[in-house]
Amino acid sequence: MEIRSHRFRVVDILLLCGVILPPVLGMVIKILTNSPSGGIEISGARIYFTLDLPFQSLPITEAQVNSWLVVISIFFLCLYLTHGLAVKAVTKRQLLAEWIVKTTENMISGNMGDYFIKVARGAFAPFVAGIMALSAFSSLLSLLGLYAPTSDINVSAGWALLVFILITYYKMKCGLPHYLKSFAEPVAFLTPLNVISEVATPVSMAFRHYGNILSGSVISVLVASALQGLSSMLLGWLPGFLGDIPFLQIGIPAILSLYFDIFGSLLQAFIFAMLTMLYVSGGFAIDDWELLQAKKKQKLQTQQ
Amino acid sequence: MLELAIGIILGCCALGAGMAMIAGIGPGIGEGNAVAKACEAIGRQPECKGAVTTTMLMGCAIAETTGLYALVIAILLIFLAPGRFVNILLESIR
Repeated sequence: MEIRSHRFRVVDILLLCGVILPPVLGMVIKILTNSPSGGIEISGARIYFTLDLPFQSLPITEAQVNSWLVVISIFFLCLYLTHGLAVKAVTKRQLLAEWIVKTTENMISGNMGDYFIKVARGAFAPFVAGIMALSAFSSLLSLLGLYAPTSDINVSAGWALLVFILITYYKMKCGLPHYLKSFAEPVAFLTPLNVISEVATPVSMAFRHYGNILSGSVISVLVASALQGLSSMLLGWLPGFLGDIPFLQIGIPAILSLYFDIFGSLLQAFIFAMLTMLYVSGGFAIDDWELLQAKKKQKLQTQQ
Repeated sequence: MLELAIGIILGCCALGAGMAMIAGIGPGIGEGNAVAKACEAIGRQPECKGAVTTTMLMGCAIAETTGLYALVIAILLIFLAPGRFVNILLESIR
């Protein structure tokens, strides 16, 4: 398709709408369902409605809905970035998309070794980039005043479980006996400790991500309410409605938000992806796997 | 009498939350050490600033975990535990 053509532009605008509309939809839902209450409150995710399933009822919460919106938004963002790809880059967004792919692959080859970039490349780079984007955008959602899905333990626990399954898969790649034997190392009586540390991996990943984002939002809310009280104490003598406006609340919470919402969110997304890579590559015994492959090859050759 | 019991529950939950956050000392010292050593390393070898910074952030995140456990306990004690304990008390009275 021609880059400057009319149709290209229209598709572009539609894709951008797909990026922007989900957060706007989230804000609309929040405004519609928000019960008016005075003051600032700290609460968990609001439950929108409950689905009655045969065994257990399934509550659909704010965190779930917001994370679906983030997924849709990222989906359209990817479509937008890869719209109009050419062999020789002609658009700025292609350069950005290429930079993202290249950076992810560099990170994986730097942190995980050659196997994951050569053999499992098609499977692994998208996963890491996807989990990083999902985490970063979910946490950044709090900038729009929405409930960040990552400040709900269920969301980050779900991701940690996913990563744990991946780790276990790579640990079992050398066979089940090898996996079971790895618990009894270096000495057999350390087995209970190894089992505990195995279970602690997903728990600590979930708690780390959730705790960081939640503590940021709790501290922001506490500071905002403290500033409200302070400004009504210091500036309450102003005549008329001027006394009711919390002047100290203007601007000062934004500095905290810069650290907690932007820096903290991006750092936690990076750390979550980094830990995923480190745990997976640490759990995969590449030497034993290569030995196993060589043995299999030899067996095949002797059979022939 | 009931008011006193509920008051004790609420007060003890708040005290427990405050005491749980004493655990913040550990990660603070640990992260401070990590950053100090990273600064030293960058001062000695400015060319590996990128790698040192990345490793330091990773280490800080892991050192922070114990503090975050304490935070989770404190949050549970403030927002979840009082209601639950009061419910248990009321049920035992009934």
